[in-house]
Amino acid sequence: MSEITLSAAPPRPSITDNLKFYGLWIAATLVLAVLPKIFFSGTSLSTFSLIGISIIFSLSYNILLGQTGMLSFGHAVYYGLGGFLAIHAINIIGFHKWPVPLPLIPLIGGVAGLVFAMLLGWVSTKRSGTAFAMISLGVAELVASSALILRTFFGGEAGVSANRTKLLRLFGLSFGPQLQIYYLIAAWTLICMIAMYALTRTPLGRMCNAVRDNPERVQFVGYDPHIIRYMAFCFAGFFAGIAGALSAINFEIANSAYLGAVQSGTVLFATYIGGIGFFIGPVVGAIFVTLLSLGLSDLTTVWQLYFGLFFIAVIAFAPGGITGLFMMHRPLIRTGQLGRVLPSYLIALVPTLAMIIGLMLAIETTVHYTVNPDEDPHIKPFGIPFDAASPVTWILSAVLVIGGFLIARRTWTRVGQAWDEASNASREKALAA
Amino acid sequence: MRKAMLAAAIAFPLFGSAALAEDTVKIGYIDPLSGGGASVGEVGFKTYEFLADELNAKGGILGKKVEIVPYDNKTNPQESLIQAQKAIDSGVRFLTQGNGSAVGAALSDFVTKYNERNPGHEVLYFNYAAVDPVLTNEKCSFWHFRWDANSDIKMEALTNYIKTAPAVKKVYLINQDYSFGESVRTTARKMLAAKRPDIEIVGDEKHPLLKITDFAPYIAKIKASGADSVITGNWGQDISLLLKAAADAGLKVNWYTYYASGTGGPTAIKQAGLNHQVYQIAEGIPNLGYAPADAFEKALRAKYDFSNFYPRAANEMRMFAAAAEKAKSLDPVKVAEALEGMEFQVYAGGTGVMRKDDHQFFQPMYIASFGERTEKEPFDEEKTGWGWKLVAKIDTDQTMLPTTCKMERP
Amino acid sequence: MLELIVISTLNGVLFGMLLFLMASGLTVIFSMLGVLNFAHTSFYMLGAFFGFQISRWFGFWPALFIAPVLAGLIGAAVERYGLRHVHKNGHVAELLFTFGLAFAIEEIVQIIWGKSPVDFRVPPSLDFPAFTIFSTNYPAYKMFMLLVSIGIFVVLLITLKRTRIGMIVQAALSHPHMVGHLGHNVGHIFMMVFGVGTALAAVAGVIAGPALVTQSNMAGLLGPILFVVVVVGGLGSLPGAFIASLLIGLLQTFAVSMNGSLAGMFGPLSPDYASTWLSDIWNVTVAQIAPILPYMLLVLILAFRPMGLLGTRES
Repeated sequence: MSEITLSAAPPRPSITDNLKFYGLWIAATLVLAVLPKIFFSGTSLSTFSLIGISIIFSLSYNILLGQTGMLSFGHAVYYGLGGFLAIHAINIIGFHKWPVPLPLIPLIGGVAGLVFAMLLGWVSTKRSGTAFAMISLGVAELVASSALILRTFFGGEAGVSANRTKLLRLFGLSFGPQLQIYYLIAAWTLICMIAMYALTRTPLGRMCNAVRDNPERVQFVGYDPHIIRYMAFCFAGFFAGIAGALSAINFEIANSAYLGAVQSGTVLFATYIGGIGFFIGPVVGAIFVTLLSLGLSDLTTVWQLYFGLFFIAVIAFAPGGITGLFMMHRPLIRTGQLGRVLPSYLIALVPTLAMIIGLMLAIETTVHYTVNPDEDPHIKPFGIPFDAASPVTWILSAVLVIGGFLIARRTWTRVGQAWDEASNASREKALAA
Repeated sequence: MRKAMLAAAIAFPLFGSAALAEDTVKIGYIDPLSGGGASVGEVGFKTYEFLADELNAKGGILGKKVEIVPYDNKTNPQESLIQAQKAIDSGVRFLTQGNGSAVGAALSDFVTKYNERNPGHEVLYFNYAAVDPVLTNEKCSFWHFRWDANSDIKMEALTNYIKTAPAVKKVYLINQDYSFGESVRTTARKMLAAKRPDIEIVGDEKHPLLKITDFAPYIAKIKASGADSVITGNWGQDISLLLKAAADAGLKVNWYTYYASGTGGPTAIKQAGLNHQVYQIAEGIPNLGYAPADAFEKALRAKYDFSNFYPRAANEMRMFAAAAEKAKSLDPVKVAEALEGMEFQVYAGGTGVMRKDDHQFFQPMYIASFGERTEKEPFDEEKTGWGWKLVAKIDTDQTMLPTTCKMERP
Repeated sequence: MLELIVISTLNGVLFGMLLFLMASGLTVIFSMLGVLNFAHTSFYMLGAFFGFQISRWFGFWPALFIAPVLAGLIGAAVERYGLRHVHKNGHVAELLFTFGLAFAIEEIVQIIWGKSPVDFRVPPSLDFPAFTIFSTNYPAYKMFMLLVSIGIFVVLLITLKRTRIGMIVQAALSHPHMVGHLGHNVGHIFMMVFGVGTALAAVAGVIAGPALVTQSNMAGLLGPILFVVVVVGGLGSLPGAFIASLLIGLLQTFAVSMNGSLAGMFGPLSPDYASTWLSDIWNVTVAQIAPILPYMLLVLILAFRPMGLLGTRES
């Protein structure tokens, strides 16, 4: 579905389209500017900062996965190296009192990411598919392990720290308070988003899509897929470096965790959950996964299990990610057929939710018995109190899971039927128009 | 939809920030509570809760109830800083953390910068297990207090013991390849050369941190070197796997360790049959025969199925209470000032002191070996039937080391 | 010196055979479904924990048979109800599915057995030194591990090359449609192979559990190195996986036993450079970089011989 929207040459945009397009960016700017006025606590500011960093990082990853079809297990290498170079730059510039203000530091990180992507990318982009994925895994392990051996540069396990307030001050901004860091990150997020969006509209962006879909044809029209993959790889490294540098500025520390497999895995999760087929997908994924990883661990101790199950569910049932799910409905909305599917959604939602709640109840009860068997059975996961020792809870969870599953299966079949009817109807309407 | 996402954003970050309750003292416990490090983090958390109960039974601190608030840092420095911010937002003024020197360094740095940028809202960081010496030397901070002996102090105590053990002639060093392991091996070399120049260092190995599944090749190397003693700072699976491989190969040496008592360690020693061949240096062990410590140990074991790994945590909590009472205030700056230079009767008996120059706590250290018990050793470990037996006590003044710290006071 | 060489060879072979036990299952699955099963080491872990639990109830020997069967059944179910469903969404989705599965399995194991290592012991009938060489004991249990690995290699090779079942499986790898037309249920074959592959991993788990540590992070420890074995050996090539396992096992153990560094060869750096990053490279020993050698090998192999040592096709 995405191939059609992405690869067909767009007609010249009308004035209303233009308005819509620029309006969207202006609205995004306004939202970013107003956010800290509404949520001003330190935690929300640092959460927003993390989301901004994650958005840039995920978008840069999607240049590889979504747009050029390269699955990388080592994208954090460029993120981390950007972060380390930025930290060293802050320290060196602060020490020599060079006239470079903090807002320009991310550029240094970006260039670092670019340079390393240029160095390491030539060999790995020779091939796509599994070979590329495996090389990226190997390179990631190599760099992450070297980080612990090359202590002078990477600072060993403790990492390198810096003080971001020691640089040249512009307009009296010290960049000590989180609020100023938030605006710095927000500005860079906006710039990078616009730049990466523009990149998808260039001939290179189009050729990347072509390489993803059919590399042989690309060769027939006279391009070398290797060169195109390499260029996409370099751009991805550049933006990942910017994200890493912003992260280094935010935490004022860079350490080997920046380069590690967890970081590479998280960006893969975020991008895929958001949806790799759309430009907005990784943005949604970054917001969602950052909030989930920060918030879920407060609610339950086994958050990783929920995270894993959720991820499996997305892959199995919504391969287009969250954005894909919503975008599926666009033709229906356009032709006014959405009303046909909504009721069946609502019906299906009830047993599905019941099944999920039953499952969560079962998981939390099991966790109580295996992890804290001696403690008070009145547990409160997700802020909802219940008694893990009472048989009522067990029966309830069993009924919810089994009953929910049986009913949900039937209702989802009905959703499928309603969906087919609605999309047929909307197709006919579109043809008629 | 973007808006819907942002609406969700409201809900999450605000979850932690419940109303500030003025009648409790909140201590933010920042350690791994999920993932690989969680087994250690959970034991620590329960120990702290136990200690908070102990204080609350005596009426709390300055009449206020003590509450331990857990924050899961997933052993990641960046995540720890987010959690610290969360804790501060919900009214926590005292943070405690122990697992990982990288996390410790990041937190100490964060707290120092935070206090500099937010005067009047200071936060203290109590470190109970991150033992990298830099935290009380080059990177020392007024806002950081450490109750665990740093790795240099432990080595000082250990080498002071080795000075009196002529049987040690050939030493092999094997350590994890990161800052802590590095500091163990360099200090061991330096101190042994100064105190026992006749000892030959027959090997000096660094292996990757928590990545080795089979130590057999390393054991072969130790064996080939002809060592009679091995000094290692290994912890976690790196110590249990090392000992297991040694037993499999029939290597007969004495092991001088920092962390053999950690979860899984005693089980591995028992399985390997290394009866009284594994030594550990620590600030306290079960079976010291000191009545208050025994009573504490018994009560803790009655409630949970683990032994007291953290005598230093008891020192930390009790000293914190004493310092607050002395300052008659729970203002972090005043508590910090009261803690500086404070002398205290420690958990395992004897006097310890929080040195003013670098905020490092000095206390009597004990060398113990693990193996079969007599009537004098009532406590066993991990249901193995074996227990720790006291070998030597090193007094506080024998553990004092100079510091390079230049403390910046507010 | 001779002592170290002999013992390192023995240790290297032992470690290599353990790797091969797992790699054999992974490589067969890989060549069938074209997907790297990220959860393969999770089944190894499941095998170890099932083995621990069953040996507690019935003893070690029943566990050695029951645990792999259980894990194999779970594996078959995963293929039938999970992977097959995801297959239509492409290889990336399949791969990520196993990625998520590995995540979930680790958490479930932690919930059931806790996060600390469990006390899984060598059975008493094998708990004695088999022989002593250069005054180093070799436990009988390790010899047992070696024999089982070789046994499985031989049986697998014969099954794949010499029997009818093996022929059908091999045909299904390269020409699934043709095999389908001949009246074989290709889906059924895939499920069976996946089940057998995961059961092999579980065998490795039951055997390695008592020798190494049975803990919830044991899957993550071996995961990446296993991919190195499979890719270096050549995708889908069983003898390739065998050679690569041995190669990596020996490479790592021999590197560990060496103390050489650039500083040792050419003398220490002049004091001017002693505190720069050059000194880090200069002073690093071969033993220190032993664990990253396999990844260097992986990158080199993929750059110069992408089909692997004995592989016949690219990815």
